[in-house]
Amino acid sequence: MMEITALVLYVTLFISLFFEVFLLITYLEVREELSLEKLLDKNIKQFPTTTIIVPCFNEEKTLSATIHSILNLDYPKDKLSLILVDDGSTDGTAEELKKFSNNSQIRIFYKENGGKHTALNFALEQVKSDLVGCLDADSFVNPDALKKITPFFDDQSIMAVTPSIKVFEPKSVLQYVQKIEYSWGIFLRRMLSSLGALYVTPGPFSIFRTNIFKEIGGYRHGHHTEDLEMALRMQKNHYKIVNSHGAHVYTIAPINFSALYKQRVRWTYGFLNNAIDYREMFFNKKYGNIGFFILPIATVSIFFSIYLFGNILWNVSTKISDLFVRFQTIGFNLNLSSINLDWYFLNTSTVSILTITTLALTLVIMYLSLKLSEGKFKFSRGILYYMLLYVFLVPFWLLKALFSTVFRRNVSWR
Amino acid sequence: MIDSKKYIITFLITAVIFGTAIFISNALGEKKLEDVKSIEDRVALDILSSETQFALLEETSCKDLGPGFLSKELGSLGEKLAYGDNQTELNNDNLEYLKRSYFLLEIKDYLLMKRLTEKCGIEPTFILYFYSVEESCEDCEKMGYVLTSLRDKYPDLRVYSFDYNFDVGAINTLISIYKVEPNLPAFSINGQLYYGYHSVEDLEEQAPALQDLALRAKALETATASSSSQETE
Repeated sequence: MMEITALVLYVTLFISLFFEVFLLITYLEVREELSLEKLLDKNIKQFPTTTIIVPCFNEEKTLSATIHSILNLDYPKDKLSLILVDDGSTDGTAEELKKFSNNSQIRIFYKENGGKHTALNFALEQVKSDLVGCLDADSFVNPDALKKITPFFDDQSIMAVTPSIKVFEPKSVLQYVQKIEYSWGIFLRRMLSSLGALYVTPGPFSIFRTNIFKEIGGYRHGHHTEDLEMALRMQKNHYKIVNSHGAHVYTIAPINFSALYKQRVRWTYGFLNNAIDYREMFFNKKYGNIGFFILPIATVSIFFSIYLFGNILWNVSTKISDLFVRFQTIGFNLNLSSINLDWYFLNTSTVSILTITTLALTLVIMYLSLKLSEGKFKFSRGILYYMLLYVFLVPFWLLKALFSTVFRRNVSWR
Repeated sequence: MIDSKKYIITFLITAVIFGTAIFISNALGEKKLEDVKSIEDRVALDILSSETQFALLEETSCKDLGPGFLSKELGSLGEKLAYGDNQTELNNDNLEYLKRSYFLLEIKDYLLMKRLTEKCGIEPTFILYFYSVEESCEDCEKMGYVLTSLRDKYPDLRVYSFDYNFDVGAINTLISIYKVEPNLPAFSINGQLYYGYHSVEDLEEQAPALQDLALRAKALETATASSSSQETE
């Protein structure tokens, strides 16, 4: 039994290290491209016509700011239009929308509630522009975001461009944790972009060539993650998706654990179930890096995270129970002179050296992520919160999503 | 579409990191065992020196024996070997060998102490402790804490610990001399046998030898306290 546990631990560490090294090599390869991309919006000759869809369901509080951020985009007004779809809201969303009815750039539609993908498909039928994108009604765009995206479409093979998503004005500890996590996401997506392995076209401000929807169809339910399903469908049909890390979109991150938990269970559940639906891509060289490496590692990392967390929990609880036995036996007898600073008592096992190496590489990637997303690295309290809390949060939603996937899949098979 | 060269390079780098980690860990493990070995050598030398001194006793008196007559390093040696039990990086065969010689050194030290007692009429307090590393001995861990705590409390107390199931002839002889049953943890304080878990307080109450030690420690404490107060006056 001990041998199997040790073997799993070694395999986990090997694959984690492999992934980190792979990411860092990719970073070295694309480093020059990253600096070139900064100049991309300086010399735009032609602005393609673009429509931004805002699907809304009970978003009266943030809707107005979302729409204003689109109207404030630094982009020719005659080339930019908005379609606002009220997906059967029951709050004051309709009244909020009415305030924009006189704007010539904006068209407003109301429909019965049917879910985000139905609102998007409804709007897509009205779109005539070259490009189309969506912005969730809890997100806001930087004025230069669209200009940082459209130049990518000069390359005719590119069918979708995703932005960098950041947390809007973090207030709670959990929002600070997510701010750092999103920086990770910005780095990861930029690397995946170069690998041709983006597997999400995020709801906030991913821009597509309009004709892609004619070719592969509109949005699907996609297990509540229609943006993930769309990206996988595009990848399966060999359509190119890239990321513009300079196009910044801000989103309101869940403020408390319960909201965050729900969101992440949905994301993880969506990922797992779409991965099952698109399983033929796995280990299939035909689909390049995404099939051969990224989808398998993303799936396996869910299990690894749960396993590593279990392992840490087991070690910590064994230590605590030992301390408890000691306390029970001889009381809280802290003899300072008996604390041994001899290096002999340091844990120098292979596993601990490998764990420290993996953590060190994680810190390097975190540094690069923050540099990429913020322009420069600055130590903030978010980093501290992230390092202290994140490991303990993730297993909750991973386990729940895994459980739901196994359980519901079983039910649906009957 | 797949850059297989990149995958191979990544694999090689990862493998090198892995190999280096294994190498460093083994090297440090060996260094640790060398550390233990050098302490054992020092203890062996201490014992040899004491034995020589003892042999010379015929010609000299007990007064000439310094306070460091018995080796001081046995305790820390024991701690290091006990810690080594849970460390995967230490070579098992080497550790086994070091433990074997540790047990023998303990017995030699014990015999020397006994002879000193007879010859010079000193009455040191000693504990022979028999434990097992097997899971069946649940109280062994707790008893270990108690004995370490006692040793910290009474520096004059000599604790000799032995793995009951370790295959060393001398341990078996010791077991049969003291008629120690395999009902562990078991220990003998100045020849009196005890079985099972006993707390520090229990032992201080039950064992007369420990009571003496406690009285001596207290007397020493008052003596130093009064001498230091005199100095301040």
